[in-house]
Amino acid sequence: MWPALALLALLAGVTMAAAVQPDEVLKDPGLEHRARGISAGLRCLVCQNQSIDDSDAPLAKDLRVLVRERLQAGDSDQQVEDYVVGRYGEFVLLRPVFAWHTLALWATPIIVLLLGAFGVRRLLANRAPARFDHLSASEEAELQRLLKRE
Amino acid sequence: MIVEIGHFGLALALALSLVQAVMPAWAMRSGDPALRGVATAAALGAFFCVALAFAALTYAHVTSDFSVLNVVEHSHTTKPLIYKVSGVWGNHEGSMLLWLLILVLFGGLVALSRRSVPAVLRANVLSVQGAVAFVFGLFIVATSNPFTRVRPAPIEGNDLNPLLQDIGLAIHPPLLYLGYVGFSITFAFAVAALIEGRIDAAWARAVRPWTLAAWSFLTLGIAMGSYWAYYELGWGGWWFWDPVENASLMPWIAGTALVHSTVVMEKRDALKVWTVLLAILTFSLSLLGTFIVRSGLLTSVHSFASDPSRGIFILAILVLFIGGSLTLFAWRAPLLRQGGLFAPLSREGALVLNNLFLVAACATVLVGTLYPLLLEMATGEKISVGPPFFNATFLPLAVPLLLLVPFGQLLAWKRGDVLAAAQRLYAAFGLALVVGIVALALTWGGPVLAPIGVGIGAYLILGAATEIAARARGQGRNRSRTPLAIWRRASGLPRSAWGTALAHAGVGVAVIGIAAQGWATEGLGTLRPGQSLASGRYVATLERVGPRSGPNYEETVATLRIRDRAGSEIGTIETGKRFYPSRRMTVTEAGLLTVGTSQVYGSLGEVQPDGSIGMRLYDKPLVLLIWIGSLIMAAGGGLSLTDRRMRVGAPAAARARPLPPTAVPAE
Repeated sequence: MWPALALLALLAGVTMAAAVQPDEVLKDPGLEHRARGISAGLRCLVCQNQSIDDSDAPLAKDLRVLVRERLQAGDSDQQVEDYVVGRYGEFVLLRPVFAWHTLALWATPIIVLLLGAFGVRRLLANRAPARFDHLSASEEAELQRLLKRE
Repeated sequence: MIVEIGHFGLALALALSLVQAVMPAWAMRSGDPALRGVATAAALGAFFCVALAFAALTYAHVTSDFSVLNVVEHSHTTKPLIYKVSGVWGNHEGSMLLWLLILVLFGGLVALSRRSVPAVLRANVLSVQGAVAFVFGLFIVATSNPFTRVRPAPIEGNDLNPLLQDIGLAIHPPLLYLGYVGFSITFAFAVAALIEGRIDAAWARAVRPWTLAAWSFLTLGIAMGSYWAYYELGWGGWWFWDPVENASLMPWIAGTALVHSTVVMEKRDALKVWTVLLAILTFSLSLLGTFIVRSGLLTSVHSFASDPSRGIFILAILVLFIGGSLTLFAWRAPLLRQGGLFAPLSREGALVLNNLFLVAACATVLVGTLYPLLLEMATGEKISVGPPFFNATFLPLAVPLLLLVPFGQLLAWKRGDVLAAAQRLYAAFGLALVVGIVALALTWGGPVLAPIGVGIGAYLILGAATEIAARARGQGRNRSRTPLAIWRRASGLPRSAWGTALAHAGVGVAVIGIAAQGWATEGLGTLRPGQSLASGRYVATLERVGPRSGPNYEETVATLRIRDRAGSEIGTIETGKRFYPSRRMTVTEAGLLTVGTSQVYGSLGEVQPDGSIGMRLYDKPLVLLIWIGSLIMAAGGGLSLTDRRMRVGAPAAARARPLPPTAVPAE
């Protein structure tokens, strides 16, 4: 554990050398960092479940370049995202927006937790002592036989 | 001829499964115990027949029998032998046959476990199992027959998808299926309990080994799949929240909840109805997982076997089993007597909370996976639900659960003393806090979540150790004073206690590995021989780029020498692009160098005509802990399986003659 943490110490001064293809990297590390962040949240439209940041597809490359162009033009992150969504639709966002049509999606964890809490409360309220469970005839006979054997 | 024997074996297994499904039900009506025995024989026979079919298909693949369509489509004469074998389940038909083989294997094992499962319960379990096996056998014979012949036989096959020609694929599906299908036994137990209308601690004890085994295998299967994706897909991620990954994660989460709720049922005679429902849901999620993968409904990197036309059949299977069992549950569950007094602040209370969070997490993954599909069907709107959503929702559910783990372990059954448990955890919590703060200090300016995660991981490991220590030391007048006495007590603890602690420590180890990925770095550049690229703690220098021939591929290999920042050499990595002529596909082979539990990960990009190469270099600190932790978790499950109460089993029915004294367990 400790040697591992000591090794981690070496990481402290290192910044993310971030880029996708060497020729796409922006000179400004701050802008490039933002570009990476935005790219990771945009879906590659021709791939299955890959962000444009991970994908090798030509379309993903075009989008990455587009994101960087917008950033260089001075857009904010949100403006870049809105621009891409305007062109390709909400489908491009890997993190769905919070709106009426996604309410059920985002609310799922809370709804399930609340339902569960309600169930647990019922379980606790239902603390009546267990009723005596009668043995069936065959079980009774088995019991007698075992008792005799003792 | 051998292929036809296999085909015949499959058909015969189908018939035997039907017998296995029907006979116990008939026995229940007629009250004739001999009919129940038929189910045992049928289960063993079905296993034998499917094993024969599987062996025949393996034979066809190994000998490259290109008169079999399945072999033509997925094999090639130049393919190495190991991939000829693993190619048997590297395609839709073969993997369904493997599914069935494991299903009947578990059926056979239940048939043989006379001692641990009461006779009536066993017969009913076999009946449900038989029904599942029959329907899946029918699915294979009707829509996915691996024994279809082709005439005239081509001279050469189409080869297996190169991505799947990997040792990871040889191991990943069998482990995953052992997990998926293992939960069919738990499901069968639950349905059997509903049919009988009774459930007790003996049921819980009988079902627990199967749940644990399935859970352990599923853990290994998911870990193996994750590691395979990590090194084979070439961009260094280890979990992508891909629908197919989610499909295996959901039964795992539900199975984890089930493993815990059966403990409550066994010890405290509580949560019966819930456990039965959970068992049904877990297998339903396994079926849904199979459906998601096999139907190609949600295509992904795993879509090698998708065919929408089979979807309808699998959908019918889903409706039959999930709908049927839930209907049975609604009808019969009120018969199951709820038992057990229940205090909120107790071990069982903590386990209920565990179930609550796990179910919420499971539901989140389920809804997240299916929501785009449902929304599109309902409104036509297309949205994506990707990693940012799952990270944002899963993490807040996982963290409280992880914090709860050591705490729940230290609470007593029936009525726990929260303060005492907290006091025992002071040391673990304090040490973990120190670990987290040190990690934060050492990586100051880096991501904040990573040290927090490392601290939580350390807390889990130390918490598991605390639990063992507390139990070994004893309490009050029974307190052990000498180290020897403590040692003796620790080694005398039930193996399930050790297994639990080990599994929980494994979670901690994996959490540290996951958290440490916050410190992972990526370097990217264009290199010529002699030039260097740095990432994190390492510097890679390109030595040479050259061609190389494999058994069934041509490869361009880049060799890089790895040094640390101080300049001393650590080793070399080779990363390549493999071209498989038979499929005209190119696959990137990552180069990995393991340093302790960290890895240097190199991935070759474009090779330019002028001899320079695109290179991606990752420093992945402690990354191996993710999978080592998973292995420890599975080992914990395995250790619990060897616990005495599993081996001895439920009170067996009285035998006709008394046992010889040596066979009587010494207690």
